[in-house]
Formats: sequence, structure tokens, C-alpha cells
Amino acid sequence: MVEELLFFMEVLVGGLLAGTMYSLVALGFVLIFKASATFNFSQGAMVFFSVLAFCGFMQDFNIPFVLAFILAALLMVVVGLCTERLVLRPLMNASEDTVLMATIGLGYVLEGLAQAAWGVEVRRLDLGIGDFPVPWIADNLKLFISALDIFAGLVAALMIIGLSLLFKFTKIGLGLRAVADDAGAASSIGIPLKHIMLLVWSAAGVVALVAGCMWGARAGVQFALVDLALKALPVLIIGGFSSIPGAIIGGLIIGATEKVLEVYIGPFFGGAIEGWAPYVLAIFFLLYRPEGLFGEKIIRRV
Amino acid sequence: MTYTKKDLTNLGVCMVLSLIIIPTFIKTEYWYTSILIPWLCLALATIGQQVVMGYTGQLALGAAGFMAAGAFAMFNLILRVPDLGFVGSLIVSGLIAAAFGILFGLPSLKVRGIYLMVATLASQFFIIWMIDKFGWFKNYDSSGIITAQDIVILGKPFTTPLAMYFVCLAVTTVLTLLAMNMARGSTGRNWMAVRDMDIAAESMGVSLLKTKVQAFAISAFYCGVAGALFAFCYLKSLEPVAFDIKLSFKILFMCILGGLGTINGAFIGAAFILLFPVLLNAVGNNVFHGAIDATIISSIEQVIFGLLMIVFMIYEPLGMAKLWENIKLKLKLKLTSSNRKT
Repeated sequence: MVEELLFFMEVLVGGLLAGTMYSLVALGFVLIFKASATFNFSQGAMVFFSVLAFCGFMQDFNIPFVLAFILAALLMVVVGLCTERLVLRPLMNASEDTVLMATIGLGYVLEGLAQAAWGVEVRRLDLGIGDFPVPWIADNLKLFISALDIFAGLVAALMIIGLSLLFKFTKIGLGLRAVADDAGAASSIGIPLKHIMLLVWSAAGVVALVAGCMWGARAGVQFALVDLALKALPVLIIGGFSSIPGAIIGGLIIGATEKVLEVYIGPFFGGAIEGWAPYVLAIFFLLYRPEGLFGEKIIRRV
Repeated sequence: MTYTKKDLTNLGVCMVLSLIIIPTFIKTEYWYTSILIPWLCLALATIGQQVVMGYTGQLALGAAGFMAAGAFAMFNLILRVPDLGFVGSLIVSGLIAAAFGILFGLPSLKVRGIYLMVATLASQFFIIWMIDKFGWFKNYDSSGIITAQDIVILGKPFTTPLAMYFVCLAVTTVLTLLAMNMARGSTGRNWMAVRDMDIAAESMGVSLLKTKVQAFAISAFYCGVAGALFAFCYLKSLEPVAFDIKLSFKILFMCILGGLGTINGAFIGAAFILLFPVLLNAVGNNVFHGAIDATIISSIEQVIFGLLMIVFMIYEPLGMAKLWENIKLKLKLKLTSSNRKT
């Protein structure tokens, strides 16, 4: 009995921590959605692009770790700048769906560029933190929890706290929220729309880089990261598109349910149900709470 | 429903082109097996995507899932119900895909935009997983790739590339005409009313439930038939991997670049997405003599598709079909004005 409970705990904790990895990706989506009410479908591609650039700088040019990270972050700022100039500004008055489709195109561009510049083979990324159980926890609590998972959880927590504080208490955060609410009104009272957009896209790029590092350290830096990032979509639906805590809670829910279902129900169906279980879970959430757990209620005016 | 003179001439031109000119002038098998047949199949799937996305305005991203459902339904029907015949199986497999379409289209009643996209992604992943995990669908074949049965219609085998081309052509023609009729009739007007403003449409007496579910069912039917043709005439094998999310994105691109809410856009878009990589490869091989790596070429192709998508969204959200219309209009204006001068 105790063993079973321990096993369940292990599955649950493993799932929760894996869920924070989804949260990290979802966070990038939320940032942009919160500030511009556009859904950035290319976030997954940004994760792939940024971490591949990071690996490329480190492995092809032998640039030290920290410097490579800064360079990759700067590259993401440039990507943000270009996106704002070349994609978002001309589409300022276009409908939501049009912008969404343009970001799908942007995703393709980033994926293609990344592969053209740094090749298609899987790269290993070593953060210096192994993806193996922490001995101390394994000895004392008899739980096998990966060190990388814990590290990712900590990083996610730090980023969430930082971003929440930024949104809540700084002038920039206030401006961001104003722009999200009504871009026209915000710019008419003198909030620099262009700077805000640039800032948000750069921040989302850096978040993507961090998320990419976590995923890359676990699964290798490869194209499959883009598909993994798609799983951030159900996370967003559950948590709500405009809520930073929602991204975390959504990620935890998806991570935990997916792992628990996989371990306990998966065998009855031949396994690998984690491929679609999050999406079905998201559908059920959509039917009962379309705005997500923490999202603002969607009011459509006629 | 009456047809204008223009419709009939268009149909005539297309028929002459596809039935007489192409078979007499194109003799190489490559053109049939690698370009014309997949073009027709994917154009058909794109029409399906058009119905739900271009006409009804529901952002869906699961066309390949429905194609897989159609393809594997076809395989099982021919295997287990041989009396049905090829055409019968094709229709029934379309209907099976349509059933999936209805099931996964139901969330569209509640949600829209990106939310709906996520819900339809569920169909994509679920259908592929289901086919992959339950051996029955694959007739307990362990290799993972099943060879498609030969196409036999009324006792006659259709196995040469040219014959398969005609099969695809016949199916595509019938379904395209049907789609055009639906799009122009009251069905299509309901779809467009829902697309342009669903609340207004509802208050005008258009049933959202009926319209949306109908659009999803018809869309999935087209995708299902297209998937069956794609597997039986083009791939000649069945494997779930062939219908992954990448194919769904491809069809989405065909639909958007071709021109949302147009039937001819489906054909233009499919041709473009299919032919462009061929062209790019040819340029890579002949101009640079293989100096550029194949993976780089495919990356460049991806970048160009993405860029085109952005450019079209900014300058011509209605896609290549609209571009074509504009060119025609300009030519016409030029011709008439030069006539007047003389």
C-alpha cells in the first residue's frame, strides 16, 4: 500500500514538475496575448529558434556559456524588433484571425531560418544539471525526482514571480495592461505602443529561450520541440490566455493529469495517450469554462 | 440553380484540358504519379478545409486527421466488405470521416478562433493515435506500413498512373461541382453568414448548430475522400505517419495562400505548395549543381512559405485566387480601353 502511494506520489510530482516545463512555454504566449490580444502561434518556433541559436553559438563558435546565452537573448530581441516592424505594424488593424495566420507564417520562417543556419541534426545541450533523480530526495523520501525537473520548476517560479511583479507594480506593466485592454485608447493617452510591443516580443523571446534550454536539456535540441510547444495550447486554454498564474496552474494540471492518465489508464489503451489527452482535457474545459480558470470573461459585443 | 455561360465555358475548358490535352501531351509517369495525382487529392482536401475555414470561418487545423480516417476506412472497407466496390467504399469512408468531423466539430458551437484550433488539434492527434494503437485498423500488420489494395471499378483494374489519374479526376470533378453548388446555394450563404457575423446570422434565423455541424461534416467528408485517394492513388500504402500534423499545416497553407472562401483558390494553393518545392529543387540541382544541401533547400522552402503567408496576410488576405481575379480584371480593362481608342 505504502509502495503504491509512493509510486503515485512519484508519478504526480514528476507530472507536476514536467508541467512547469509546459508552463514556461505557455508563459511566452501569455505575455504577448496580455499585451496585444494577439495569439502568437510562432511561440513554439521561437523556442526552437532561440535554443538552437544558443547551441549554435556555444558549439559551432565555442563561445562560453554565459556569453552565448546573452547573444541568443539579444538575437531574440532582434527577432522581436523585426516582428514588430515587419509583421505586426502593417497588421495593426487586421482581424485577430488574420494576425494569427500571419504568426503561423512567422513560425515557419523562424523554423526554416534556424534549420538553414544551424542544421537539422539533434544537438545535445548540457546545462550542468543532469536529468537523473536527486540522491538526497531518493534516500530520504524514497521519491525519484529528476534534478532537471526541480531546476525547471524553480526557474519557472522565479520567472512567474518576476513577470507578475512587473505587470502589477511597474509603470511599464500598467502600460502593457492598458494596451491589451484597448490599444487605440492607450496610444491616444500617450502610451508608446511601438515600444511596448517591442518590449513584449523581446520578453517573450527571452522566455522562449529559457523554455528552450529546459526542453533542450531534457529531449535534445531538435525540431520536435515545435510540436512539444503545441502542448502549451491546452495549458493556455485551461489556465486562461491572459493570466500568468493561469499558465502555471494550467501547466501543472496538464502535466499531472497527463502523467497520471498515462501510467494508470494508458496501459488499457495501449499507451501513448499523452499525445492527445491534454487536448481532450482542454475540450472539456472549453465546454464548461471557455475563458479558462483565470482568464477574463470573453464578452463579445454585437 | 442555373449556370451562367461563364461557368459552362470554364467547365468546358477544364474538361478539355484535363481529359484531352494533358493525357495526349504528358507521357512521363513522373508527372502523373508525383504531381497531378497528389495535386488533385490535396486540392480536394483543401476544398474541405475551405468549407470549414474559408466559408464558415471556423479556424480548424485537423484536415490530415480526417484524411487518415478516410484512408484507413477505405482500406478496411475494401478488405472486409468487398461487395461495396471502390466507389461505394469511397463514399462510405467519406461518411465515416464525416462522423469524426461532426464529433470534433461540436466544440465549434461554444468556442471560436484559436480555442477552436486547439479543439480540432485533438482530432488530429486522437485519430492518428487510434489508428496506430488498435491493430484492427491496420489488419494486425506489424510492419507499420500496409500496401494499399489495387483499385478495381466494375471488375476493371485501374493500376496505371494514367488510369489512377482519371479516377482522381472523376472524383475531384464531381465533388468540386458539388462544392460549388453548395457554396453558391442557400447552404453556402448560411455558412458565409455565420462566418461574417454569427450573432447576426443567428438572429436572422440561421441555425448555428445545423450550419456549423454541417460545415464540419462536409469538410471532413471531403478530407476523408481526399485521404482515401491520397493513400490509394498517390502513396499506394497506408501509414498513420503520412497524415501527421505537418500535412494539416500544409493544407492550411494551401487554403490560405490559395484564397480563403474560394473553390478555385483550393486548386491554385495546392498547385503552388506542391510545385514550389519541385521548382526549388530543380533550381538547386541545375543552377547550383547540388552545391546547396537538400536540407538547406527544404529550410529555404519553409522560410519562403512563411514569408508568403505574412506578405499575403498584409497585402492580400484573400490569397492568390484574388490576385488572379485582379490580374484578369486589369487585362480586361486594358483590352476594352485599347479597343475604344481604335
